[in-house]
Amino acid sequence: MLKEYRTVTEVVGPLMLVEGVEGVKFEELVEIELQTGEIRRGRVLEIHEDKALVQLFEGSAGINLKNTKVRFLGRPLELGVSHDMIGRIFDGLGRPIDDGPKIIPEKRMDINGVPMNPVARDYPSEFIQTGVSAIDGLNTLVRGQKLPIFSGSGLPHAELAAQIARQARVLGEGEKFAVVFAAMGITFEEAQFFMDDFTRTGAIDRAVLFINLADDPAIERIATPRMALTCAEYLAYERDMHVLVILTDMTNYAEALRETSAARKEVPGRRGYPGYLYTDLATIYERAGRIKGRPGSITQIPILTMPEDDITHPIPDLTGYITEGQIILSRELHKKGIEPPINVLPSLSRLKDKGIGEGKTREDHADTMNQLFAAYATGKEARELAVILGEAALSDTDKAFAKFAEEFENRYVNQGYNNNRSIIETLDLGWELLKLLPRTELKRIRDVFLEKYLPLETEGVEK
Amino acid sequence: MKVGRIIKVSGPLVVAEGMDEANVYDVVKVSENKLIGEIIEMRGDKASIQVYEETTGIGPGEPVYTTGEPLSVELGPGLVTTMFDGIQRPLDAIREVGGDFLTRGIDLPGLDREKKWHFTPTVKVGDEVGPGDVIGTVQETAVVLHKIMVPPGISGRVKSIEEGEFTVVDTVCVLEGDQEYELQMMQKWPVRRGRPYIKKLDPDEPLITGQRVIDTFFPAAKGGTAAVPGPFGSGKTVVQHQLAKWADAEIIVYVGCGERGNEMTDVLMEFPEIKDPRTGESLMNRTILIANTSNMPVAAREASIYTGITIAEYFRDMGYSVAIMADSTSRWAEALREMSGRLEEMPGDEGYPAYLASRAAEFYERAGKVVCLGKDNRVGALTVIGAVSPPGGDISEPVSQATLRIVKVFWGLDSSLAYRRHFPAINWLNSYSLYQNKVDQWMDKNIDPEFSKNRIKAMTLLQEESSLQEIVRLVGRDSLSEGDQLKLEAAKSIREDFLQQNAFHEEDTYTSLNKQNLMLKMVLAFYDEGKRALDNGVYLKEILDLPVREKIARAKFIGEDRVSEIESIIEELKASIDELVSKGGILNA
Repeated sequence: MLKEYRTVTEVVGPLMLVEGVEGVKFEELVEIELQTGEIRRGRVLEIHEDKALVQLFEGSAGINLKNTKVRFLGRPLELGVSHDMIGRIFDGLGRPIDDGPKIIPEKRMDINGVPMNPVARDYPSEFIQTGVSAIDGLNTLVRGQKLPIFSGSGLPHAELAAQIARQARVLGEGEKFAVVFAAMGITFEEAQFFMDDFTRTGAIDRAVLFINLADDPAIERIATPRMALTCAEYLAYERDMHVLVILTDMTNYAEALRETSAARKEVPGRRGYPGYLYTDLATIYERAGRIKGRPGSITQIPILTMPEDDITHPIPDLTGYITEGQIILSRELHKKGIEPPINVLPSLSRLKDKGIGEGKTREDHADTMNQLFAAYATGKEARELAVILGEAALSDTDKAFAKFAEEFENRYVNQGYNNNRSIIETLDLGWELLKLLPRTELKRIRDVFLEKYLPLETEGVEK
Repeated sequence: MKVGRIIKVSGPLVVAEGMDEANVYDVVKVSENKLIGEIIEMRGDKASIQVYEETTGIGPGEPVYTTGEPLSVELGPGLVTTMFDGIQRPLDAIREVGGDFLTRGIDLPGLDREKKWHFTPTVKVGDEVGPGDVIGTVQETAVVLHKIMVPPGISGRVKSIEEGEFTVVDTVCVLEGDQEYELQMMQKWPVRRGRPYIKKLDPDEPLITGQRVIDTFFPAAKGGTAAVPGPFGSGKTVVQHQLAKWADAEIIVYVGCGERGNEMTDVLMEFPEIKDPRTGESLMNRTILIANTSNMPVAAREASIYTGITIAEYFRDMGYSVAIMADSTSRWAEALREMSGRLEEMPGDEGYPAYLASRAAEFYERAGKVVCLGKDNRVGALTVIGAVSPPGGDISEPVSQATLRIVKVFWGLDSSLAYRRHFPAINWLNSYSLYQNKVDQWMDKNIDPEFSKNRIKAMTLLQEESSLQEIVRLVGRDSLSEGDQLKLEAAKSIREDFLQQNAFHEEDTYTSLNKQNLMLKMVLAFYDEGKRALDNGVYLKEILDLPVREKIARAKFIGEDRVSEIESIIEELKASIDELVSKGGILNA
């Protein structure tokens, strides 16, 4: 029989202090029974002698210091996992909300997970074809990678994420694939968009959804991504599935973390976020990966909205330091009607080099990728110059680059949310665009590939 | 020894009472799980302990055992090629015991106690030996001859010593004197104290890295310090990996401090495949890895760079040139900040503790070229290269500033260069090396008497380019004189054909000093020859359209065995210009 305490002495924001406790452990799960009989959950953040500081996942509204009963459950917050979770919808704390039957767990797992031993990791190197040229061709996603989408308010990150979830596949395979979707503090409409899209394309049958909406308790969001990743780890490492985890929106998550930190009166780091934000985010993002000798994998696509489109804001900044690259959406391209508005130059996939090339995509991939990047950068500069000085001030080469940049945005990047391009189509389109440039400018491509894919007679511009 | 009792748990910080017998910085075992921790503060009989493992499930009332020893590393054969965690537990052995995930409370010694090494004595019975003297050797890997040294503070006459197969804890040598000592191949050293040496020397020899922008423009010295600050995506880790791969050091210690797990896996999988251009052996044979990835316990992150540098110092003491890369020191500083916050200390800048700068200085100061302990006066060097991850790429933040005050070389990474895919994205306008003068002398003596002159010339062109570009931005390129336009073209050639280097291209990834020298001459020859042509009335367009320019652009892909081809490119360039000059620019007139 668990001891029940009625010694709550303080409730401040999402925190509660319980005194006179015995045998309480760090990170222990806490059950709080309100005077109304309502049950809420919390976890132990700190214990000092006989005082336990408890974080309330569902908020403190309505808690009565005298009549609230507190029980310490002797275990950390766990998720009961089962293969039957696929196709189901849960709330932010892992309770079913889709009127389906209760999940009978095959096992219970601590949602905090355990860090993977670096020597057990298998390096991600399998190319994932997302069907989006700006990703496949230039910022290639590989299995086991964590590649966030940096977006801003009002940008179509949801459309892009849904497109990736719908189209992503590994070339030539018939393996088991699942999507785990965690929503943290997003609006009903946004959540509904994903659910509709998953239903429309049948993806719902292989998806697990954890939904914490904007009007759900904020502190619950701290647990939601961990719930999702625990479920993903179970599916990947024990059920041998390839799991794509979409976490949206990490900004809301970080804000919930800041709320707790502020309530604890911790010394803040930048912009009021706690100093351990980096470590905390890492315990989420680093759960992507592969393990040697196990067939499954976890690929993460976290989505975050950059406050004021500011990439130096602590949330995108620290995320970028942990994740293996980032896909950045651009407001300017969005206004021009480019779909998806991926800002190619600052976007990056750190693991692309291992996932491309002969036997994976095509031998010329690396060279053309570097060339497209460099040419687009030069083209954009030329275009800016033309704005200041007028088109006439540009040299012929600069004009060619400016034209290239224009075409690149309109044809390569702008492909629409329902267009699924194969990697070969993407690479060929790249060559077609490179034809717009003088051959001497293609310095980053090895001669052999130039001769093979861009024979002299097809050259667009005179030497 | 007395057993303490936990009274408080707050994340990685545990406070225990009844600890009056323990010393500050002693290692303790927390709770029955025997989690490893270190005392960082004492108040009366209450000790604040940073715990190197997750503290989930730990609560007041549980015991704390002191070991009475400071946090130490085990030094001896078996270090090279191994990956350790932040407190020197071998990760592959941990995997065998605990599986693919890091479970808690696994206590494994740093060095394998079972493995036998072949010990060959280098002294004989009756010899007098003192601290640092080499008593024997072990061929640890194909390239590393591990010298077994008398630990600091011990001396005597060799009473017995024998050749044979021993484990690291077997006695290999007995010394007699005032006291008898049984020497093993393994010695221990506390990580927070630098290992002793006789004296420090001035670093004057370059650490050759095969990276053109570094070796030619911003060289590091053997025994020096360098920092690589840069925002995310600017290629810090690639620079660090390139240095770990190609730097001409005999031992590399790579500390992954709070970084990505996959990066350590990358090193672990890639290095055994790469051949060291100097020895022809796999790079892994000279590499030691310390990994505390960002999701591993934060307190061990603070310890990881000390563990790394102590191991590095040990190899330096053998008379080797050692380089340690710490990626990233910002994560180490953040670990300090987290502990400081939990200790409720008064914060300095941005919540970092007030002692951040002094801790960073202490760490970097352990670098150096030194005369090692031992009668043979051998010289060893320890080069420290730290990556810094400034938030938002703004180096006015405390960690960057604390670092820049100490280090002598600054390779500033620039995200705008990275966006343009100019790699390595080291900004040539704000980076610097304070070893430049000494290295210049070395280069002029050993590579080419003209080397430093050419380097300055190239740098001047790059500087001029940046001011010319401001004019271009305002009034357009056409308003510049042909001479200035040529300057821009020459600077572009320096940037694209010399500074840019592709780490993933088989030939371009490493450039010898000889090839660097020729390439530098080649890109400068384009400017000199172009200028000569302009002075003789040739039109700029004719110069720019020369077909030899494509060869200049591709010279970086010429193999090391064919570098003389670069000389013929220079000849061809001169010949083409001669031809233009002889026509006197009337071709298009």
